[in-house]
Amino acid sequence: MSTASVPLPAWINYGLIPLLNLVLAFFFSGLVVWAIGESPFEALQLLLIGALGRGEGIGFTLFYTTSFIFTGLSVAVAIHAGLFNIGSEGQAYLGGLGAALVALAMDRYVPWYVTMPFAVIGAALFGAACAAIPAWLQAKRGSHIVITTIMFNFIVSSLMNYMLVRLLIVPGKMAPETRTFLPGGQLPKLDWLIAAFGGKIGAAPLNFSFLIALIMCFLVWVLIWRTKLGYEMRTLGISPTAASYAGVRYSKIVMITMLISGGLAGMMALNPVMGASARLQIEFVGGAGFVGIAVSLMGRNHPAGIILAALLFGILYQGGAELSFDMPGITRDMIVVIQGMVILFAGALEYMLRPSIVRLYQQLTGK
Amino acid sequence: MDYFDIFISILGSAVRLSIPLLFTALAGLFSERAGIFDIGLEGKMLASAFAAACVAYWTGNAWFGLLGGIGVSIVFSFVHGFASITNRGNQIVSGVALNFVAAGLTIVLGQAWFRQGGRTGQVPPEGRFSSIVLPGADMMRDVPIIGPLYVNVISGNNILTYIAFLMVPISWWVLYRTRFGLRLRAVGENPGAVDTAGISVAWMRYRSLIVAGFLCGFAGTYLSIAQSAAFINNMSAGKGYIALAALIFAKWKPVPVMLACLLFGFLDAFANFMQGKSLPLIGEVPVQIFQALPYILTCVLLAGFIGAARPPKAGGVPYTKER
Repeated sequence: MSTASVPLPAWINYGLIPLLNLVLAFFFSGLVVWAIGESPFEALQLLLIGALGRGEGIGFTLFYTTSFIFTGLSVAVAIHAGLFNIGSEGQAYLGGLGAALVALAMDRYVPWYVTMPFAVIGAALFGAACAAIPAWLQAKRGSHIVITTIMFNFIVSSLMNYMLVRLLIVPGKMAPETRTFLPGGQLPKLDWLIAAFGGKIGAAPLNFSFLIALIMCFLVWVLIWRTKLGYEMRTLGISPTAASYAGVRYSKIVMITMLISGGLAGMMALNPVMGASARLQIEFVGGAGFVGIAVSLMGRNHPAGIILAALLFGILYQGGAELSFDMPGITRDMIVVIQGMVILFAGALEYMLRPSIVRLYQQLTGK
Repeated sequence: MDYFDIFISILGSAVRLSIPLLFTALAGLFSERAGIFDIGLEGKMLASAFAAACVAYWTGNAWFGLLGGIGVSIVFSFVHGFASITNRGNQIVSGVALNFVAAGLTIVLGQAWFRQGGRTGQVPPEGRFSSIVLPGADMMRDVPIIGPLYVNVISGNNILTYIAFLMVPISWWVLYRTRFGLRLRAVGENPGAVDTAGISVAWMRYRSLIVAGFLCGFAGTYLSIAQSAAFINNMSAGKGYIALAALIFAKWKPVPVMLACLLFGFLDAFANFMQGKSLPLIGEVPVQIFQALPYILTCVLLAGFIGAARPPKAGGVPYTKER
């Protein structure tokens, strides 16, 4: 009998197997560190201290975590409906335009808490708009969403390049970026959150969007597991044919799912644009959209798992940055390698260990 | 410069810019025709560019560089195969992972070995593929129209360019006129039937990935030691995705793949030429429009507005033998 159909307890499926995959990913990343002549253990130690050692480090870690929660949720929502949204990167980038336009329009008239709801809506709308065309192409014309969302990443990149270089740039300045938002267009730092644990936030850009991210996690959980729409999405994801027999309208659900997914990706922009740099900069997303794929895979597409996985990647990002200061032989790009390994082992090779674990489990339980 | 000279020079650089696309798109052709989606083309190209530059730098021999590029690219193919064929993992996720690994590893290793901010060392001239002047180029120089075309577009390229164009009829012949090709296409359309005939689906798909790795190795090598003389950070710069777009644009057929790559190369060359210049009547056209055009065209094609683009039926689906 094949091992694929043997049921395993949840703690093995959702705990042990992802953990072992993660260990494998770290093992191979460690080999790379070892190959360039540095000690993997020392590197890991420096990485953890850099990410979690001081209040400022934690602030940076949570700042990255915030971005990854948004993009992770974006990928996860789409996966529940069987859609692989590889375009969170572009959707987040365009979302930045939405947030920035709101901030530029309102920052001199109202305080931040008035601007914020509009900025959230603006970012989500622009992100959703970016997902709308691939969604429509998938729903009505049968084009493969993976390919169209990849294409849209590049189309958005060109569009934003044009917007920033030609239209939004501050006259007389060289850098393609908007003017700095006034406090009315900035999200406040969460220094009190770090202070509550006895740390100092320092220069860390952890900001209010962290709380928005947590709220979104809760809302996504409600949506997927507690609403009719979420039920229809999951049905579609498991079997499109069964869903259509049950009366689920394919094109409607595909459109709605992708709009939600794009909206969540777009909201990611609040964090760097309005929280950290207070201006729209070129390429500000910096790959967070792709990290969302890894986060969603690691977190088994569940908001609670996504928070943990996003935290893991936040630690990697911040720790990796500190690591490159302490170990000149290792560049920041080591994080990209680790990410790739995590995506490989936790995503593409997620079932590699399963047969042997099933056999071991059967022996131990005597079934 | 009159218009004809400008046209010739754009055409020349269009050919040069389309070569990495052509190799990569042909690589994608083989793997996707066998039913394996290959988002990892970009990563393979990048990794092989790095490997080719390293080997050529250390050995001072361009052909060894090419071997290095091909070798690393095939290793990447094997990982993709191991994940998506043997372990039936998600092919897209695996491809994305390989792109990440390639992007990170090339910089980390490059920095560790060369300490030049991610660049490899400058490859010596004998470690590069230099341009070849075809016979009769001097004589043809003064012939109107055909002369400049021959001298600047057809002659004066490096050997990899000629190999690239040679690969088009070879790919066509392999896919449509050999037993291997017939089985490869069948595995992408209906793996069950191939399995019933007693042919191993997994081994067929692995072989198609090896061919893809082989061709991608050429693409990377071209980037680092034919077009330039060193590896530079992220030198593939999305060309793998453009190649993917070209492959779709060509509806998974060899000769249209060549034409699509030439078209996208031409757009790229034209965009470079148009930078900061203005057209009569229209005025200055934003260079970003040309950059986005291949992607927009591909979406329009995928939407079925200019003919349907139908991928191989079994593409992206891991094959499971019936139990």
